[in-house]
Amino acid sequence: MEILVAVVIAVLTSCGVYLLLRGRTFPIILGLTLLTYAVNIFIFVSGRLNPGKSTIIGVGEGYTDPLPQALVLTAIVISFAMTAFVMVLALRARAELGNDHVDGRIKVEDVKS
Amino acid sequence: MTLLSIILLPMLGALLPFATERFGRTLCAYSAALGPLCALGILIGSAAGVFSGQVEYASFSWLPSLGLNLSLRLDGLGLMFALLIVGIGLLVILYARYYLSERDSLSKLYALLQLFMMAMLGIVLSNNLLLLIVFWEITSLVSFLLIGYWSGQTDARKGARMALAVTGAGGLCLLAGALLIERVVGSFELGAIFAAADTIKADPSYPVILVLVLLGAFTKSAQFPFQFWLPHAMSAPTPVSAYLHSATMVKAGVFLLARMYPALAGTDGWFYIVTFTGMATLLFGAYNALFKHDLKGLLAYSTISHLGLITMLLGFSTELAVVAAIFHIINHATFKASLFMAAGIIDHETGTRDMRKINGMWKYMPHTALLAMVAALAMAGVPLLNGFLSKEMFFSEALHIESMGMFSWVFPVMATLAGVFSVAYSVRFIHDVFFNGEPIDLPKYPPHEPPRYMIVPVEILVALCLLVGILPNFTVAPFLEAASLAVLGENKPDYHIAIWHGFNLPLMMSIVATIGGVIMYTQRSGLFAFYERKFRHDEKIVFESRVQLSVRIAQLFTDFVQNNSLQRYMALLIGAAVVAIACSLYPMSQFQGTLGVSEIEPVSLLAAIILIVGALGTVLLHHNRFAALLLMSVVGLVVSLIFVRYSAPDLALTQISVEVVTIVLLILALYFLPQMTPNESGAKRVGRDIALAAAAGIGMGLITFAMITRPYETLSEFYVANSVSGGGGANIVNVILVDFRGFDTFGEITVLAVAAVGIYAMLNGLHLPLPQADGEGRVWDKQPHPPILAVMARILLPLALMVSVYIFLRGHNAPGGGFIAGLVTSVALILQYVASGTGWMQERLKWKYRRVAVSGVLIAAITGVGSWFFGYPFLTSTFSHIHWPIVGDFELASAMAFDTGVYITVVGATMLILAHLGKLAQTSHSPRPATSKVYKNTEVTRGED
Repeated sequence: MEILVAVVIAVLTSCGVYLLLRGRTFPIILGLTLLTYAVNIFIFVSGRLNPGKSTIIGVGEGYTDPLPQALVLTAIVISFAMTAFVMVLALRARAELGNDHVDGRIKVEDVKS
Repeated sequence: MTLLSIILLPMLGALLPFATERFGRTLCAYSAALGPLCALGILIGSAAGVFSGQVEYASFSWLPSLGLNLSLRLDGLGLMFALLIVGIGLLVILYARYYLSERDSLSKLYALLQLFMMAMLGIVLSNNLLLLIVFWEITSLVSFLLIGYWSGQTDARKGARMALAVTGAGGLCLLAGALLIERVVGSFELGAIFAAADTIKADPSYPVILVLVLLGAFTKSAQFPFQFWLPHAMSAPTPVSAYLHSATMVKAGVFLLARMYPALAGTDGWFYIVTFTGMATLLFGAYNALFKHDLKGLLAYSTISHLGLITMLLGFSTELAVVAAIFHIINHATFKASLFMAAGIIDHETGTRDMRKINGMWKYMPHTALLAMVAALAMAGVPLLNGFLSKEMFFSEALHIESMGMFSWVFPVMATLAGVFSVAYSVRFIHDVFFNGEPIDLPKYPPHEPPRYMIVPVEILVALCLLVGILPNFTVAPFLEAASLAVLGENKPDYHIAIWHGFNLPLMMSIVATIGGVIMYTQRSGLFAFYERKFRHDEKIVFESRVQLSVRIAQLFTDFVQNNSLQRYMALLIGAAVVAIACSLYPMSQFQGTLGVSEIEPVSLLAAIILIVGALGTVLLHHNRFAALLLMSVVGLVVSLIFVRYSAPDLALTQISVEVVTIVLLILALYFLPQMTPNESGAKRVGRDIALAAAAGIGMGLITFAMITRPYETLSEFYVANSVSGGGGANIVNVILVDFRGFDTFGEITVLAVAAVGIYAMLNGLHLPLPQADGEGRVWDKQPHPPILAVMARILLPLALMVSVYIFLRGHNAPGGGFIAGLVTSVALILQYVASGTGWMQERLKWKYRRVAVSGVLIAAITGVGSWFFGYPFLTSTFSHIHWPIVGDFELASAMAFDTGVYITVVGATMLILAHLGKLAQTSHSPRPATSKVYKNTEVTRGED
């Protein structure tokens, strides 16, 4: 299972990074979200893989590490705030600049002929 | 404290002139002199003690962690230099009062001069090498400002820059040398460094240390081949040239040589480098001085030559040579400062410094002429003047160096040759300026004597030249004795300064030099022609072209890295991160840790495949934005399943509700953006990005695998053990959030609220073109709110709210809590917006969401502050159990109030973001029908080409 988790994180990171390197705002936000998933899972599994354990006192047999969970919980909410912020920033940029390229302009040499 | 006040008093003088300048220039000068005068008094008071061999120390801790202490010492060397600095400084203050024209700011000059004085005193009184370097750098900076005092002149600016570049680079070398010394010795304190002299010399890094420290000294003292900055520093006002660039600052280099002499000298390396650098400088300076037509240029090259002489003496490394070097430092400072001042007077009165024009000044200003001639004779080394004494010692020492074997004759011959040049340029100075016929078209004619007090400093200095020259044992001897003691310690030789040693070889050398010099001057026309014919390069042009070249190289690099493309920056950033992490992972021998790997379950495998397909699909389909978004939501759902599988119900609940909110947000935003992403990346860029992405992904995968197959230590036992007893809740994750780590959570909701308010601000006044059709050209439906959805949503609302209250209340003991409840509430409300429209909701729900968000943070803060009233730290929680009828035993914790704050913040922030984004669509729709055709789908059509 450890290998599978590592592969999942690797794929999410790769896809996230590839989209982050695009020129338009929307794919970048998608990439950012994918990267967020990867990072959240990464922090989460730093408590190791513990199927069938519990974080509630008195429930189940044995406890898993609650600390990474607490970290990830707030991270999920914060990354929502960040995604929303960047998204609105992108909207504003489009309104101000007239296009949705991150550089604020579409360079001729970038456009595939 | 007295030592510190010596350094600080000139600072007083740096401030006072600004206050007093408006009351007249004389008062300004007096106020400027006040601080140095006090410092002079203190120094004279300490002199007796120092003469008897005492060393005064004072130490204040400054940055002990760096080994930097405000540690001061006053020994013979320091005293001698300090007296020179303060004494000549005072004379320069008086002189500058008359030198500077009414147009120039006197207080600015005074402030800089005294700032310099402070720094220079700091150098000579430091007992800590690092502290010395701090002051050393200040002198370089102030010198820059002073050379560029007339900042309107190009020459001044360029000269200042050149001086700063050279001395600054030397300062860096010195700093590196000091750090190496500290590594060997373990301290920056001079006492410790002197004590460890043998260790330093035996250390393998000694050659590096020596070269670095010498580079610092040589650049500062304008030694060959770094001498070129000094002549260009002559663009400074003459008081500055007299003070910084002949008497004091350029002496800082030779001071450093003398200061570090006990620690670094006595090796072959020292002997060869220092002696030959000094000799080259001595000859180069003396030769060039003869041919300069600029009065100050002549003096500048002469200064270079004399600095070379001092360096050469220190290089000889014999005890008597060191005494002679110190002696010559004093003598050169007195006669050269007076000569600069005389040159300034002549410049001031004639309006030019060109010796081809200034002739016959004897007739116009006999007083100045007499003084300048005496000083120039001292420079030439004529008997009964101070320059003669130290020059004789120099000749005598040059004769005694035998370490070069059969080539030892080189030193006396070269010394005599330099003496010949030195006499020749001194004679030229006297003859050309004061005799040699009549002046030729002077800008100011006729010249006359300067104001009375302008000449007083020159008189004092020339008197000193004479006194030292005639009565050395009654004037300079104790200073010399104390300074030699400080440098040489117990090796200090017995010596006797006398004017007459009988007819010996040094005297013969002096006579040869004098006669040779006079003869050389008489033959000057031929020599001048030879000098002019010879190829000469202008250092300033060479220097400036090098500066331009380095600017161009920097510009090329900047243009490559910073081309104003965020896309490029992102690639560089990720590339750098990949390389950095790869480098640090490289030494790892094995990726798999000691923990075993569990078997892959079929269901998990299926989920993973779905996730991977979703993620890859998002990338492959990203040109079709809506499809990519839907595929991405699949990934989010699988992520929440991962949380479920690995015992994190709270995370799964949070993830799934955030997922809903995020996707709604993105769909809403997508409405305002082009529906398609144009395919504009070339194959090369796609290839590069795939490589980067693959590298990053593989790296993350390997790190993850390496991490989760290794055992680790965690603090979670503490939380498990204390969750119920300390936090009063069974849900450890929630207790951590609202209790143990409540302060972190408080920060988090603050960030959330700030982000929401920021979004609100950005949306304010935003007008976006509205597409009339979707990506495939289909016109939007006229009926935006289908009744079925509206009805269903309204029925769901109370149910959803009830669920969220339930999740909230049980959060402390079971999966749930403020975050999740807040998100569930938000989803329920958003559904109403989607189903019935913003207008409909606004009529019914009149909250201002930004107030809601902020009040949530406020509630959390008040809960935290509340514990202060009970004498506990911020956010201390308490809890008790109460019995409610029907419901039963119910726990009430103060953390619950905090969680309420979290809940309200989450609802407020989420709704603020989404409702306002939704409103944007609403308001943009109605008043602006199909007029926005400018933007309309232009980007989409480009994508489809």
